[in-house]
Amino acid sequence: MRRLHALALALCAALLTLALTAPVHAAALQEALARFAADSYGETETAIGEVAQSGDPRSAEIIQALAEGRLLYGPGRRTYIKDKSAALFDAATGESAAGEPPAGLKPVRVNNRIRRAIESAMGGLTLLSPDPAKRLEAAQAVFKSRNAAALPTLQTAIEREPDRRIKRVMSEAQAAIIFLASDRPELDRLAAASVIAERADGDAQALLRNLPPGAPERLREAAQRGIDQIESRLAILKAAQNVFYGLSLGSVLLLAAIGLAITFGVMGIINMAHGEMVMLGAYTTFAVQEVIRTSAPGLFDMSLLIALPLAFLVAGGVGVAIERTVIRFLYGRPLETLLATWGVSLILQQAVRTIFGPNNREVGNPSFMSGSFELFGIALTWSRLWIVVFSLGVFFVLLFVLKFTAFGLRMRAVVQNRRMAASMGIRTNWIDAATFGLGSGIAGIAGVALSQIDNVSPNLGQSYIIDSFMVVVFGGVGNLWGALVGALTLGVANKVLEPFAGAVLAKILMLVFIILFIQKRPRGLFALKGRAVEA
Amino acid sequence: MMFTRRTMLGTLVAGTTMLGALGASAQETIKVGILHSLSGTMAISETTLKDVMLMLIDEQNKKGGLLGKKLEAVVVDPASNWPLFAEKARELISTNKVSAVFGCWTSVSRKSVLPVFKELNSILFYPVQYEGEESERNVFYTGAAPNQQAIPAVDYLMKEEKVQRWVLAGTDYVYPRTTNKILEAYLKAKGVPESDIMINYTPFGHSDWQTIVSDIKKFGSAGKKTAVVSTINGDANVPFYKELGNQGVKATDIPVVAFSVGEEELAGVDTKPLLGHLAAWNYFQSIDTPANKEFIAKWKAFTKNDKRVTNDPMEAHVIGFNMWVKAVEKAGTTDPDKVIATLPGTEAPNLTGGISKMLPNHHITKPVFIGEIKGDGQFDVVWKTDGLVPGDAWSKELEGSRDLVADWVTLKCGNYNTKTKKCGGQGS
Repeated sequence: MRRLHALALALCAALLTLALTAPVHAAALQEALARFAADSYGETETAIGEVAQSGDPRSAEIIQALAEGRLLYGPGRRTYIKDKSAALFDAATGESAAGEPPAGLKPVRVNNRIRRAIESAMGGLTLLSPDPAKRLEAAQAVFKSRNAAALPTLQTAIEREPDRRIKRVMSEAQAAIIFLASDRPELDRLAAASVIAERADGDAQALLRNLPPGAPERLREAAQRGIDQIESRLAILKAAQNVFYGLSLGSVLLLAAIGLAITFGVMGIINMAHGEMVMLGAYTTFAVQEVIRTSAPGLFDMSLLIALPLAFLVAGGVGVAIERTVIRFLYGRPLETLLATWGVSLILQQAVRTIFGPNNREVGNPSFMSGSFELFGIALTWSRLWIVVFSLGVFFVLLFVLKFTAFGLRMRAVVQNRRMAASMGIRTNWIDAATFGLGSGIAGIAGVALSQIDNVSPNLGQSYIIDSFMVVVFGGVGNLWGALVGALTLGVANKVLEPFAGAVLAKILMLVFIILFIQKRPRGLFALKGRAVEA
Repeated sequence: MMFTRRTMLGTLVAGTTMLGALGASAQETIKVGILHSLSGTMAISETTLKDVMLMLIDEQNKKGGLLGKKLEAVVVDPASNWPLFAEKARELISTNKVSAVFGCWTSVSRKSVLPVFKELNSILFYPVQYEGEESERNVFYTGAAPNQQAIPAVDYLMKEEKVQRWVLAGTDYVYPRTTNKILEAYLKAKGVPESDIMINYTPFGHSDWQTIVSDIKKFGSAGKKTAVVSTINGDANVPFYKELGNQGVKATDIPVVAFSVGEEELAGVDTKPLLGHLAAWNYFQSIDTPANKEFIAKWKAFTKNDKRVTNDPMEAHVIGFNMWVKAVEKAGTTDPDKVIATLPGTEAPNLTGGISKMLPNHHITKPVFIGEIKGDGQFDVVWKTDGLVPGDAWSKELEGSRDLVADWVTLKCGNYNTKTKKCGGQGS
């Protein structure tokens, strides 16, 4: 620790001298900035280091501009910063350069190497920023870059830091630097190793493994202990993570299959165009986002909510149209229905290809669905979590509609005994069309959610049709709960198998399993009992 | 034939070409076959190539055609159906009597038309990067062989990014499997231990990447710089990159270099989280040369869409078409035997400022570029080869393949074995 203090003192002294010789370092900044104009990654990397070391108050701004592609260079090796309103400033002085001709200005090019250098430099420069988010980011950047030059600033930052969480990350960053520094006393490095081991994630493990050869034996042992400790912790997390991934995959399957559970499960129509209803929902989302982008960009985060009812109407409407024009003539003839709906699916695909083009369309993620968060050390992505919530929501709403509304009652009546229902005054034709429309509409809603994680292309539906049938057949035809349990079981089983068997084999194993299961229980998990089954 | 907007356009162009030809002289036209899927899964990639061919043919006709005759495009739709490719190829050659065919995307479609081209002795120009290990008399490969894409990309990562640990991730079919076999052999020859290579295959259209991305993250936390070499096929890429972005795998930590992701594929993705991930190609739209600028302007005018992008296989068709035109002019005929004999040695400018040359093994010389993904869906070239790289039909990295040579000029053989001194591949 004494050494550390001495170092801090020395640095303070150095800073003082730097402050006294301000004009000198302004010249150094000029020189560093000129390097940016060389249009070479090597020079740019050197320049970043020099700007960061110059101690100039403007250095953070310059490097930030470089990171965002706003640092420009022009003739005479002069550099400029373009701010957010596209106004030009001289990078060296910060004075407005509005009057000068900005002809031939080019942004300084950035690649991965430069981005790493930027992160490392910014880490050192923003450790003392008033914004806690920036401080956290800086501490993480230093942990990653292990840039020893940041150590003195880090020391000051740790002392000043009010937020415990950020303070911990800063201490970890400090430990990372000390751990790797071979000129440090062994005790300091041992202490650093245990701080890192407590972080207990993949990055910490990577760091401990990075101990250079020739380190003291005791340190090597401590690092190995840390690695083993993290390893066993990660193994447990991994299992939990697989279960979550399985639930997430299951919820996607559920979303795709739930509409089919109505059209195929309840009505008994083999609807090969089901996937295309999902696709229509996804394209509706795309269209809604296009309109929002051009006319009301502020509403972008709401775009999915707006798209939901529209997707239901579009897909449901197309569904009713298909039922009225094709399917109603084919009731009771499953093979012909299969072929006819297959034809309809091809027509819909080609129609969408003609209108929107064969390429993928970009559907943006609203901010609440981007990125990930950590829960007990498991990285969960927001989009997946929302889809789990959403698919359960859709499931229960649908269950409510079927069980507790007049429409649901009539629908069940028609399914159970068509002639009896008709003689009770129910318009069975109308109910058939509405039921098929409901199933298709739900598929459209699924499309809105799936547009967030998959391609929006004319082929979108095809990739889900087999899985959907698998879920409905496995869960038990004619039972919504079967679809729920079936989807989640298949999802979790698939994801638990995947790490061992690989994605391809896992999928094959699932299919084999379902085939065997159907042999044993031909009616699926939840077999429907009653007269309808015998009929 | 299904009438999409584009095929309609195609028919119109073909129609006007024909009318023009009739007006100019009563001579018959030279027919050029275009064999690209306009419907089905591959329509996403192949429709563009058909449009490019129509544009090139249109342009050539404006210059006065070929051998005093007008060119006529014959467009067929094999509908992403591999056996249908063979049928349509037969139809083009025997019914429509085309002089050459430009087409195919997937290796399996190429393999399915090979016997037809051999039997009816016609010419196929194949514009897509592929796994190599093939050289046929009737086929001219204008896309990249593995040594013109995969190997330079790995070299770049080793030298510039100091990568020591490798994830080879691909879709489960012939191109990724062969490419990964070549890469694995190459990496091992460079001294990378087996434990530092992770190979992962996924089914076509795989959309749930959670497990694999988290595996990659874990593999990357071994304390050595890690990179992913992706041969993941078109459609599965969007969810893959989305998952990478969501799980926070940044290019500065674990860069992904892709061989099947170009400007067209990125058109469907928000590229901001992908900043800095890489792709290796022989052409990028962002390359600043006069030839490329002119081509992009013509393409946008032809498609009447300012947002259309250009990509590598399009450039391959440009080179291939120009080589064919030159060879036909030199041979003075469209007779397949004479054109096949003339093509090797023919040179045509590529769009990135060099001159590509058809080699005796029916592959061409190409420059190799490494580009980083930018925020606007384009690539920023960060590295390129010094000169043009000649394509190897047979990989030098694989046991067995190493001894084979393709030479249709002197040896008249696509798989001459230098050890047994016989034509006929690895056997005998």
